[in-house]
Amino acid sequence: MAEITLKGLAHSYSKSPSSHSDYAIRQMDHVWHQGGAYALLGPSGCGKSTLLNIISGLLEPSEGDVLFDGHRVNELPPEERNIAQVFQFPVIYDTMTVYDNLAFPLRNMNTPEYKVDPKVREIADILDLTPLLSRKAKNLTADEKQKVSMGRGLVRDDVSAILFDEPLTVIDPQLKWKLRRKLKEIHERFNITMIYVTHDQLEASTFADKIAVMYDGQVVQFGTPRELFEKPAHTFVGYFIGSPGMNFMSVTHQADKVMFGELPLPVNEAVSRSVAAAGSSNIKLGIRPEFITVSNSPEPNSVPVEVVNLQDLGTYSLLSFTLNGQLFKARLPEGHAPVGDAAHAVFSDQHIALYVDEYLVEIGHE
Amino acid sequence: MNNKVLNNRAWLLVLPMLVLVAFSAIIPLMTVVNYSVQDVLGPNARFFTGTEWFHSILNDSALRDAFVRQILFSLTILAIQVPLGIGIALIMPKRGWQASAVLILITLPLLIPWNVVGSIWQIFTRGDIGLMGYGLRELGINYNITRNSGDAWATIILMDVWHWTPLVAMLCYSGLRSIPEAYYQAARIDRASKWAIFRYIQLPKLTNVLVIAVLLRFMHSFMIYAEPFVLTGGGPGSSTTFLSQSLATMAIGQQDLGPSAAFSIIYFLVILLVSWVFYTTIMHMQKDKNPHGGA
Repeated sequence: MAEITLKGLAHSYSKSPSSHSDYAIRQMDHVWHQGGAYALLGPSGCGKSTLLNIISGLLEPSEGDVLFDGHRVNELPPEERNIAQVFQFPVIYDTMTVYDNLAFPLRNMNTPEYKVDPKVREIADILDLTPLLSRKAKNLTADEKQKVSMGRGLVRDDVSAILFDEPLTVIDPQLKWKLRRKLKEIHERFNITMIYVTHDQLEASTFADKIAVMYDGQVVQFGTPRELFEKPAHTFVGYFIGSPGMNFMSVTHQADKVMFGELPLPVNEAVSRSVAAAGSSNIKLGIRPEFITVSNSPEPNSVPVEVVNLQDLGTYSLLSFTLNGQLFKARLPEGHAPVGDAAHAVFSDQHIALYVDEYLVEIGHE
Repeated sequence: MNNKVLNNRAWLLVLPMLVLVAFSAIIPLMTVVNYSVQDVLGPNARFFTGTEWFHSILNDSALRDAFVRQILFSLTILAIQVPLGIGIALIMPKRGWQASAVLILITLPLLIPWNVVGSIWQIFTRGDIGLMGYGLRELGINYNITRNSGDAWATIILMDVWHWTPLVAMLCYSGLRSIPEAYYQAARIDRASKWAIFRYIQLPKLTNVLVIAVLLRFMHSFMIYAEPFVLTGGGPGSSTTFLSQSLATMAIGQQDLGPSAAFSIIYFLVILLVSWVFYTTIMHMQKDKNPHGGA
């Protein structure tokens, strides 16, 4: 049980890092509270596995500190940090039975057998492994193996946190859901801090209470799944979360108007004022596909667009259109009236988000 | 239901392979079988003898001794080379130029022809000019491979260990390299000792290469010929005469084609049998002893 604090943490694989690009993890401060269920979400190569290995102690950070309950643990190896880690590919001890696999960490600590047995049976029971206890671990299915490797973490009483490194990669889709529910169940039962690395937003949002989105070696946003959807703090979050991701327009402010290229955008006073005050050349407006309405005839504040195609995705349709030469996506609810080639789109004012230098800037609505 | 199309011309497709196997294995072997049941006195004088040669070979006490020596030799070198090979593979550097350098150094003995290996060791052990022979004598050790059968044995085993342990080491090294890093990380988290890591991760993952290593080394050592022949010539006495040397003496030295053919067949069957028993045992051991349910 522990609260994990990352203080001024940065990591570079090169010996003398000079620029941002030399860092796998750029300097960050972060707190994982005791008992939280967290996800670390991001594309491949964004540094999430590096960060996980730093927390578990498999890797020593080149700068900054890792604190467990306020104690610096930078130099402590994983076994002394009392963490458990579940890897992408199930790691089991082939020649041992499931029982011996689960008992292994306890026996390594010279726990007397009379204490090992009840613990192993308890954990096997929780993970539904009881009928398999006498089987050789080698012949289990991938999801059973993953449960065994998780069980080896759970048998120790004093585990501070369980770290998952994309644990469902090799699991069949229909079993993923079951295993994920098991994880939740275990989290509620043991009240252990869990950090779950994934690149799948659905996996992250069903597992975690709070998600840290990583991009280019940084945590660009830390929030609930809802916050990530409604208020992406960074253009990357907008683009990465949601399906499809947010639409972005690079805009300028000219003669009291917000210009998207040559096209004046019909936005309200508040947005316009905020764009004018931005003071950067990198200004973007973002709008989620859910908040664009499209109709066949002009409406107040609508802009004319050229429809590219319409995909029926069952519960909704996905409309692609171009505006000013750029492709946009809009989500039309089921049963929406058909749309012709030339249509009119309205961007819902209160859902427009302003990004200056890729980061969200609050629009002062009055 | 049989929907297969019957077309006997398909046999033609097997023919090239059949011809190849015939010339490489079947015909030579049949020639040997042919010799083994006849007494060949000259080009046109031969008599059918039945199993007579087989009886006499199996009852030949010199050959029995050679057979016992051969078994003893193979078991000894296996008992040394397999653990030693694993040990070397475990301490070899894993990456960087050191890894390449060690690999090259270790492979060198494997590249030396059998005859040359024998000659090298023959000179190496000579009391007058050989480094080892001279050195041991200077240390006051009475070492002489032409006189003491114990010295001859020890030297042949040492020579074989030097020549062939690298093969076992290289096979094990490649096996160790293929173990994913996550296994070692998980083992650290589980607080496994070095011994536990070896026993429960490395050794199980090495089983397959070890089966190959043991089979290769058994077959190889059971047929050893050139090295001891050059080094000791089978002596002192017949203390280091192994099966293939007995066979060569019989077939080439004495031109006893019938008995040596029978001998060859028995020799071949022994190797086949031992390898088969070993292989099936290992494969059987790897199966789950409790196959209920399953995936």
